[in-house]
Amino acid sequence: MSEPALLDPPTHSAGTGRGRGLRGARARTAKESAIGGALFAAGAVSILTTVGIIAVLVWESVAFFRRVSITEFLTGTVWTPLFVPQNFGVLPLLAGSILVALVAAVIAIPLGLGSAVYLSEFAPVRLRAWLKPILEILAGVPSVVYGYFALTFVTPILQVIVPGLDMFNALSAGIVVGIMVVPLIASLSEDAMNAVPRELRDGAYALGSTKFEVATRVVTPAALSGIVASFILAISRAIGETMAVVLAAGMTPNLTFDVRESIQTLTAYIVQVSLGDTPFGSIEYQSIFAVGLLLFVVTLVMNIFGLWFLRRYREEYA
Amino acid sequence: MSGKRRSLEAPPELVARRRRGKVFQALCLAATLVGVVTLVVLLADVLVDGVKWLSPTFFTEFPSRLPARAGIKSALYGTVWLMGLVALISFPIGVAAAVWLEEYAGKGWLRTAIQTNISNLAGVPSIVYGILGLAIFVRWMFALTGGRSVISGALTISLLVLPILIIAGQEAIRAVPNSIREASYGLGATKWQTVRHHVLPNAMPGILTGTILALSRAIGETAPLIMIGALTFIAFVPEGPRDQFTVLSIQVYNWVSRPQDDFRGLAAAAIIVLLALLLSMNALAIWLRNRYRKEW
Repeated sequence: MSEPALLDPPTHSAGTGRGRGLRGARARTAKESAIGGALFAAGAVSILTTVGIIAVLVWESVAFFRRVSITEFLTGTVWTPLFVPQNFGVLPLLAGSILVALVAAVIAIPLGLGSAVYLSEFAPVRLRAWLKPILEILAGVPSVVYGYFALTFVTPILQVIVPGLDMFNALSAGIVVGIMVVPLIASLSEDAMNAVPRELRDGAYALGSTKFEVATRVVTPAALSGIVASFILAISRAIGETMAVVLAAGMTPNLTFDVRESIQTLTAYIVQVSLGDTPFGSIEYQSIFAVGLLLFVVTLVMNIFGLWFLRRYREEYA
Repeated sequence: MSGKRRSLEAPPELVARRRRGKVFQALCLAATLVGVVTLVVLLADVLVDGVKWLSPTFFTEFPSRLPARAGIKSALYGTVWLMGLVALISFPIGVAAAVWLEEYAGKGWLRTAIQTNISNLAGVPSIVYGILGLAIFVRWMFALTGGRSVISGALTISLLVLPILIIAGQEAIRAVPNSIREASYGLGATKWQTVRHHVLPNAMPGILTGTILALSRAIGETAPLIMIGALTFIAFVPEGPRDQFTVLSIQVYNWVSRPQDDFRGLAAAAIIVLLALLLSMNALAIWLRNRYRKEW
């Protein structure tokens, strides 16, 4: 597909005098560095994106915090920005996000880790070739579809089992968010387990270990930093999850740890405000930036930790 | 005699250890199957609820207050517009950034900074991109984008999928063996000639696979588009990038959030269309990956 290129002369001056050759070379050098510059500009878009996110969030949050004190925002327990009297205590939203993430973790950690161990240690090659793409599809199903599933399937079933379950509740939302992040835990943990050197397994087998003992006492501890990373990244993903939570958990800011009740998460509040007719510059409008900033900081800190753990195991076994 | 035979059998302690292993293996298999079964149940749930709403008019009608007359025409057009623009914007930037990182950046601090930044951006919740899009593309660049328009949505979603695209592009470029680059340099080619004529053509199937997967992520995105104000009820088709729009996923959200059963059925039908698009994109990506897989 690129044969002619191989025949291109090294400079564009073939068959002409030395001077022209040099000029050609100089032009080519200029072209080369222009291209290098253009490519760098594309890479710099990602830096601009980060700068843009931080600038926008901080700029509007500063305007918000001129009207509401940071202390009230971070320690207040009532969140009623859309009624009078307005209260801007973010704890109910933060608690909602944490509650959903906890339920999701309870579901996703055992399922994801079990899947990872099965795929990396036990699955026959042909079964694995089927299971991996299915998990990828599970990860690719849009969040709004999980929201539909939670509302029309999971919640009605849970209402039969769990007495006093609201139509909108944290439990159903947490369960589907948990299912959503199972593939993330499974694939990152499996990568970490696959990176454990063969010698470690062989050594354990030579000492008479069974497959189970190799999996649980050699491979899992050796892959631990990758596994922990997958948990952290999955919980961070669960905190940032939006549409499934909007649909299944409702829009009730509620400082509770009762999973049967309707709650509102940080993300759901942002959606609620942008669905309404909120004028630019109003305090409600500014509040989504303050909530967004909190969400961004929480997920960023978790992601940095998670990526740091990932790098650790990659360095160990690289 | 009996003592000898016993020594050939596994000692009871080992039998117990093996049994524990079997139980553990079965538990791990069960954990894996929960995901598979959930996917099957989810698909079945959607099909059962939605299939009867899939009629030809469902594709040719605008949304309506009357469920029997409602369709996804505006959402389909909006989705095609949005995906087309996202592909046009994100593909060149993503590939260029991947080439810079892999071929030009060297090993300095700048590369480390941008690479770390990209990994972190990949983990930023999608709704935060929506906030960025609302402030920058809808408000700040209003004169250019026309506010709550297809192009604002496309720019927002492009920023969202860029990290995925760049990382996939880098993997594809890294998979091209160095011997190819060295042969090209050996014949006197410059860096850009080498990249343009050898590295990129060889990496292209991988890059395209990554692009399709990134777009299949984009097609289901809802929250950032709600943020930038893609409307939930639109009875016209966008005719230019500065027009207002809606997309399939937002149409789904709109219908799910209504209490009447008929609208839930419409939502399920729209989900079937959305998942059909998404799965065909995934299938195309897998096919591309297998078709052009190279063993070096």
